[in-house]
Amino acid sequence: MKEIILIKDGELALKGLNRSTFEDVLIKNMKEKIRSLGEFRFVKSQSTITVEPQSEDVDLDEAVARIGKVFGIVGISRAAVCEKEIGAIVQTAYDYLKNELAFAGTFKVKAKRSDKKFPYDSPAICDEVGGFLLSKLRGLKVDVHNPDVTVTVEVREKYAYIHATQLPGAGGMPTGTGGRACILISGGIDSPVAAYMIAKRGVKLTAVHFASPPYTSELAEMKVHELLGKVSAWSGRINLFTVHFTALQEAIRDYCPEEMFTVTMRRIMMKVASRIAVWQGADALITGESLGQVASQTIHALKCTDECAALPVFRPCIGMDKSEIIEISRKIDAFDISIRPYEDCCTVFTPRHPRTRPTPEYAREVEALIPEEERLIEEAVKSARLLVIDAYND
Amino acid sequence: MDLDIYLDNSATTPLCDEAKEAMLQAVTSCYGNPSAVHGKGIEARKQIELARAAVASVMGAAPEEVYFSHSGTLANNTAVIGAALAREKQGKRIVTTATEHPSVALAFDALERRGFEVIRLSPGPDGAFDPMELLGALDRRTVLVSAMLVNNELGFVNPVETIAQAVRRAGAPALIHVDAIQGYGKLPFKVKTLGADLLTVSGHKIHGPKGVGALYVKKGVHIRSVVYGGGQENGLFSGTENVPGILGFGAAARALGSVGDTLARVRARRDELLSMLSQNPAVKINSPKNALPYIVNLSVPGVPSQVLINYLSQRGIYVSAGSACKKGHRSDVLVKMGLPPVRIDSAVRVSLSRLTTAEELRTFAHALEAAVRDLRVKL
Repeated sequence: MKEIILIKDGELALKGLNRSTFEDVLIKNMKEKIRSLGEFRFVKSQSTITVEPQSEDVDLDEAVARIGKVFGIVGISRAAVCEKEIGAIVQTAYDYLKNELAFAGTFKVKAKRSDKKFPYDSPAICDEVGGFLLSKLRGLKVDVHNPDVTVTVEVREKYAYIHATQLPGAGGMPTGTGGRACILISGGIDSPVAAYMIAKRGVKLTAVHFASPPYTSELAEMKVHELLGKVSAWSGRINLFTVHFTALQEAIRDYCPEEMFTVTMRRIMMKVASRIAVWQGADALITGESLGQVASQTIHALKCTDECAALPVFRPCIGMDKSEIIEISRKIDAFDISIRPYEDCCTVFTPRHPRTRPTPEYAREVEALIPEEERLIEEAVKSARLLVIDAYND
Repeated sequence: MDLDIYLDNSATTPLCDEAKEAMLQAVTSCYGNPSAVHGKGIEARKQIELARAAVASVMGAAPEEVYFSHSGTLANNTAVIGAALAREKQGKRIVTTATEHPSVALAFDALERRGFEVIRLSPGPDGAFDPMELLGALDRRTVLVSAMLVNNELGFVNPVETIAQAVRRAGAPALIHVDAIQGYGKLPFKVKTLGADLLTVSGHKIHGPKGVGALYVKKGVHIRSVVYGGGQENGLFSGTENVPGILGFGAAARALGSVGDTLARVRARRDELLSMLSQNPAVKINSPKNALPYIVNLSVPGVPSQVLINYLSQRGIYVSAGSACKKGHRSDVLVKMGLPPVRIDSAVRVSLSRLTTAEELRTFAHALEAAVRDLRVKL
């Protein structure tokens, strides 16, 4: 039996004349994700995109799972394809859905006929299909108001499609329709979630990670690679830049008061990340900061770090509780990786009593204590090594 | 990195040439199933028996008292759970130490959840624990006493012989299990002198391969199995034998030579290392004076373990964290020895093998000096 995937796009419907462009981006994104699974054909028609595998041995379960992570889609259905002939439709509906219906108590049939020349109208199709299923499956009952399973028959241009359960899509906007932003990623729980949330609004991702060997371990870097792998299953390809940050960390330790270690480090991170972001054509920075979560994320500390960014800083987790962030972290399958206990840049040289109400004036004074800061920043930017991360393509 | 100085031999060791050769021969020609009754099977069976004799002889056991398992962990699990289940009708009290390896400690936790009473003795400030406390813990319902021979973090040697005598004196029906994974092939011992009924060893700590261990079960002692299957190794460790692993283990055991002579040589090297390190006031030695010389646990207070490990690793020198430490939870052993937190958090374990050279230890000592300088330790 030939099977295809039916895609319902979401918010795109609201976008008027841009619609076609948005759909093209959506198709391109889907192609990227399932390319390695085999050949597919994509067809736009009415409010649906059909994805047709071009060979029998394609892993459709995996294709559906991957398309489930493409932003800009509200619903996904797997459908059986059959000839536009009522006998074939009835038989296919039974063959295709008998296992699903075997465990359902109630069902209803919904028909859509876009080909008005088809000799049966919608109520007649429902009667035929429903009647046949009732005669074949003992114990099954019709419930038009609240059925366990809704069988949908769509009679279209060339073929009829039969499907049941519609799976929810990833929502959001197609990646690439919203520009590019740069996530500062540490390896904790929050930053992958922040990256996912902004990517969901159609934004492509660049990432910057700060490594301070020997104070941080290679394992911490590998953890970041894995976390971004999880995010890229949703966002598509991510360009990760790993910055060698040791010299700056040591300079902060040697020249700044301990209570300002973290704020000063965050200020410098903003500066380094801004330069890489601008160079990469990103128009915003993203951080996983959540108001008040730690001393460097108080409203006063954020005021001190924000002024060092050359671009707008998106902080999608800012108003969220840890439990809400964890919920999304689990959803994107990042949580178990995030909680592995390796030291990252944010935990080296942690002050015992950080200042929670620093002022920008004081922060600037403290930062000015670092000799040759500009040269160190320049060297850190130059040290950045690129790694392309893409969950579904080598 | 062309210069590899591997000083994490208590975690695992590289294969020695003898083991490598035996394994290569096993994977290429000795591929029969040892349970098979044809020529290929019989050949594999014969080779396994030779390996068994070699592994047994290092601990002074008869070959038929040694059973090969698929790991040291499986052997420890089987010894602990198998002995407890075999004797539970006689009593449900178990005595062990608070410093066992997880393959013993977590097996006891599981037994505790099933209604056994588990007494965990704490080590004293020198690392070893008090035989009198042990005597107090024993009663006539005690069915198992388990203690490691050599502590894996600090290298101190538990007084296993004294424990065995205490058990006999208390008239407890207990079996005595010794986790000798860190001691086997390093500390000369005989199972009979130790008084062990069950004793665990592992291949990969003595330059043998990973994925093979062995359990000594004294003749006449019966324990339950925890693995069900084809009944290999007298029913204790079902599953087709890991023939290359077993033959590699056997070859590594044969290659040990005189354990006593090797110990003396390693002690001399360790003493030289300690005297080099004593020049540097930033380096503190955590291992007790009487520790087995294969393990030197040390701290550079102010430099977290992981930072020193990373620093040395960048220079091709491999050591491990000195304290089995989960985040927010410090090693019991080091806490019980009364070490301050700053020393525990900076502890690293340098572990030697019989193949470690004096030159390697000198290079390590110099690198450690450089680390103290580069990482700018506040004294």
